[in-house]
Amino acid sequence: MGIDIKYPIGLFFTLVGIIITISGLYHKQEVISKLGFNFSLIWGIVMLAFGLIMLGLHYIARRKS
Amino acid sequence: MALSIFDYLIIILYFGFVLGIGYFLKKAIKTSDDYFLSGRSIPAWITGIAFIAANLGALEVMGMVANSAKYGILTAHFYWIGAIPAMAFVGVFMMPFYYGSKARSVPEYLRLRFDEKTRGFNAISFAVLTLLMSGINMYAMGIIFKLLLGWSFHFSVIVSAVIVLLYVFFGGLTSSIYNEVLQFLLIVFGLFPISYLGLREVGGWNELVKRLPDNFTHLWSTLSSASQNPMGIEWFGMIFGLGFVLSFGYWCTDFLVVQRALASKDINAARRTPLIGAFPKMLFPFFVVLPGMIAILVIPEFKTALDTLLKTGHTANVNYNMALPLLIKHYLPRGLLGLGLTALLASFMSGMAGNVTAFNTVWTFDIYQSYIRPGKDDKHYLWMGKMATVFGVLVSIALTYIVMYFNNLMDYMQLLFSFFNAPLFATFLLGMFWKRATSDGAFWGLVSGTSAAAAHYFLIYKAGIIHYGSEMSANFYGAIVAWVVCFLTTIIISYMTKPKPDEEMVKLVYSLTPKEYKDNIPFYLKPGFLAAIVLISTLILNIIFW
Repeated sequence: MGIDIKYPIGLFFTLVGIIITISGLYHKQEVISKLGFNFSLIWGIVMLAFGLIMLGLHYIARRKS
Repeated sequence: MALSIFDYLIIILYFGFVLGIGYFLKKAIKTSDDYFLSGRSIPAWITGIAFIAANLGALEVMGMVANSAKYGILTAHFYWIGAIPAMAFVGVFMMPFYYGSKARSVPEYLRLRFDEKTRGFNAISFAVLTLLMSGINMYAMGIIFKLLLGWSFHFSVIVSAVIVLLYVFFGGLTSSIYNEVLQFLLIVFGLFPISYLGLREVGGWNELVKRLPDNFTHLWSTLSSASQNPMGIEWFGMIFGLGFVLSFGYWCTDFLVVQRALASKDINAARRTPLIGAFPKMLFPFFVVLPGMIAILVIPEFKTALDTLLKTGHTANVNYNMALPLLIKHYLPRGLLGLGLTALLASFMSGMAGNVTAFNTVWTFDIYQSYIRPGKDDKHYLWMGKMATVFGVLVSIALTYIVMYFNNLMDYMQLLFSFFNAPLFATFLLGMFWKRATSDGAFWGLVSGTSAAAAHYFLIYKAGIIHYGSEMSANFYGAIVAWVVCFLTTIIISYMTKPKPDEEMVKLVYSLTPKEYKDNIPFYLKPGFLAAIVLISTLILNIIFW
């Protein structure tokens, strides 16, 4: 009803994924000294991928209907 | 703790999205059914996630991490025995009556099956408890953001309350459900890094088990007597108190969760809702219990508390409620910090919105339409629902400040819930599966069950007549007492009073309901099949962590 929920979720996680990926690049020193490796970069990319998959599913569903 | 621009961006983006969802759903709301029941149109995977997310409020997420820091893996019992079996039961056996009877709320089912006074008792107690819960949620949030970020208590409370108000006001239940899905995913993405980074720091699961005492890492092997485990409880209280009465009382009768299933598009989707929710619920200990156990080792004050306990046998006075915020601070660098904080915010807001949507429905249908203004047109009740949303949020804010002055109210909340929820499950069990149960039986059963729970707590436990290993253990046994008293009273009084004629109970009682929902759906979507998978997987988890 109203909207396909995959769209806002996909958009949200795509944007958050991009923000976290950039934060991983920008705060590289802090992340590595705190955690030993650049986890922010990895997690940002994972979230970005999740967001894009959701957006993809949304477009497939929309084309079908 | 200092935030960077990235952290603020994530928080602002989150606020923007929840409001946007409410705004775009505004156009879809035309009738009161759209507003309170999402027009019964939502697919099962969405209602399934909302089913468990509505319960993922602040007390749940932070409370379970805190519990795990205090009691270790025993906290997983709240999931594997305290939720999954009940979720399977409500999906397979009870949902056909909730959904099939076309009742719009749990109290309304009680009116259809029994009578007005039984509904009134449930509707009023539920409405009051729901708003209290919502207020406590806000209070917890204000405190956390003040401690973590130095934000003003009033600012955090008012801003989040207004955001919840706006998205529920415009989009009703659909908006609440859609946002719960977003919030659920955020909680998962926000908590995963803590579990993962924590395990990495302590050197993996085996190392964690090695460094914690045995009774912190085993589910059942220390439950043979109350003195052997930190929770101070033995298997009987665990299985019957938590696993049977409290768990079934909550997951099968609490309108907050049942409402999510009523929003499903058809009866099969309604039955699948709790079963689909059970899968992520089963895995949730990874996101809350594991971090709590890690916190014991990596947060210095918890480590000291454990050492004291092992050396002297006395529990140190530590505030475990801060376990999750402290972990967020410990593990998340700037950027990810915003994600972790947004996950916390999401849990506070989904907790509050769930309570507000359940409140506005029960208020409008079960109190306002029944006792105050019956017989008005649908537009009027839609308007009333929106007003009830505003009223519910305002009262929640007021209660937040009351909780601030009566701090121990929070401790009494679980107890109050057990007073009302535990007997209710006996009423439903008899109402749905025994057609001889009468209205008077149900009403007096509920009243005596609730009174028995209160009497057990204040006159027997607090007066020192019976001793329990812990407050939690007392709570579990109190629930058993309430359930048994309600169950027996309902049966006895039912035999003394006249039952309703059979034709008035079609679609309300098991033996009088045609099984029309067994149509041609593939076997892997059948509730029985899903329930079997869920239960077998849960059994395996119990054995692995025995």
